Amino acid sequence: MKDIISKVVQEMQPSGIRAFFDLVLGMKDVISLGVGEPDFVTPWSVRESAIFSLEQGYTSYTSNKGMMKLRLQIARFLKNHHEVTYDPDDEILITVGVSEALDLAMRAIINPGDKVLIPEPCYVSYGPVTALAGGIPVYVSTAPTGFKITPEAIERHCDTKTKAIIINYPSNPTGVSYSKRDLECLKKAILKHKLILISDEVYDELTYDFAHTSFAALSGLKNNTLYLNGFSKSYAMTGWRVGYACGPKEIIAAMTKIHQYTIMCVSITSQIAACEALQSGRKAVEEMKREYRRRREFVVDNLNRIGLSCNKPQGAFYAFASVKNTSLNSIDFCQQLLKEQKVAVVPGNAFGKSGEGYIRISYASSFSNLREALRRMEIFLKGL
Amino acid sequence: MDEILEILEKDARTSPEEIAKMLHKDVSKVKQAIRKYEKEGVILKYKAVINKELTRDEESEVRALIEVNIVPQKDLGFDKIAERIYSFPEVTSCYLISGTYDLLVVIEGKNMHTVSNFVAEKLSCMENVRGTVTHFLLKKYKEDGVMLKHREENKRIAISY
Repeated sequence: MKDIISKVVQEMQPSGIRAFFDLVLGMKDVISLGVGEPDFVTPWSVRESAIFSLEQGYTSYTSNKGMMKLRLQIARFLKNHHEVTYDPDDEILITVGVSEALDLAMRAIINPGDKVLIPEPCYVSYGPVTALAGGIPVYVSTAPTGFKITPEAIERHCDTKTKAIIINYPSNPTGVSYSKRDLECLKKAILKHKLILISDEVYDELTYDFAHTSFAALSGLKNNTLYLNGFSKSYAMTGWRVGYACGPKEIIAAMTKIHQYTIMCVSITSQIAACEALQSGRKAVEEMKREYRRRREFVVDNLNRIGLSCNKPQGAFYAFASVKNTSLNSIDFCQQLLKEQKVAVVPGNAFGKSGEGYIRISYASSFSNLREALRRMEIFLKGL
Repeated sequence: MDEILEILEKDARTSPEEIAKMLHKDVSKVKQAIRKYEKEGVILKYKAVINKELTRDEESEVRALIEVNIVPQKDLGFDKIAERIYSFPEVTSCYLISGTYDLLVVIEGKNMHTVSNFVAEKLSCMENVRGTVTHFLLKKYKEDGVMLKHREENKRIAISY
């Protein structure tokens, strides 16, 4: 029976915290700060446009690359907001969320044995997707440097087989982001080693302390950069599954080849909704961002007060707090907190070894939930 | 609008301490700002939003929207006559409107009789009021940005990456 499953998949490690997730899902009346998606629903104008399109009978396939109207709007948006120019004809591809874009990117550029640098802790799919494409993930712990990848760390981990690097900022799970100056420093190392930079900027709209700068906007880096973004986080559209990849036309053409055979195209309803989001969703994005920022201040201040030390994250909606001054490791901390106080958070090691000793707290939750969860966490910590 | 007002408009019970944390400001500064808003009448009052559809009082009130046509007074325009109308406690809201009529007056009363009596005896016979059209309100769906229905349950799965 074992031989039925491919070697690559056999070797893929199942997530170590699956059991913990099952425990959470099986429990009632849990306050969950373990959710990786906005607690807002998609703005009504977006939902309404999708309903209307269905009534009008828009139920067909679209072009493989995605509807031209959507690609045009994305190109215009990127020009206005990030000062990056992409040709909607052959430099933009609409994908099923950033997840698909990442998978396509890996399959399009990796030859067996190529190495990919992955700053860690990181989103759970980066390693497995690299391995599925035949690549070798090289995890680089960012824990010693405030969860930021440094040019020195890139230098140390590069060799002749290193082909690409995946950088996600603002980061899930740490909330850390990079200023323009940080990016300039990383640029030199990336160019020196001729790395392809896969830049996952899906949380870009949720940057609180400075304006988000896109890697692709730095001079001389655009030809090495594959820019990934989507509608999930900024427009509260996780379930619609719409993302996009922008980059050099050779890479986009290669990704489109795989996409047309595997996915064909993104659901037309979701694409129409995405058009509407770009057209009318800006106000909602700004409102949600203000609300997240207030929650960030509230949560980080309280975490530090109750003894879970935590730097102020610059973006996304996560706080990554240390549990090292308790005697518990990440998973035990989360399990006991869940059992004793019915609060769910995600153990840091779910995002890689270097996340051990930390927990991820999502503040994509209402103030009343945050208040109550923090109160319970304080009781839990006092009882330790 | 100041973020302090935005927070209070969403939840008036948010304490100054919490607001201070949310905005990363001094509590004393927040308290001072709120006092100033109260003094200047920017914040008029704090009240609960009650879904009367659910209170099921026997004495639940009837509401009517009344279009009022008036003859504006020399030098005073609509304001004086509007004041005479909105000073009645039965009037819960009063707006000057562009279009085919002048004032939109919202009246609350115990039943249809009290409302019609008010319109007949107080409003339509008032000097300068040329005519009224009364619309009784049948059901409220949304008021002041609040949807009047049960809170929907959370549809997200409890934990995810």
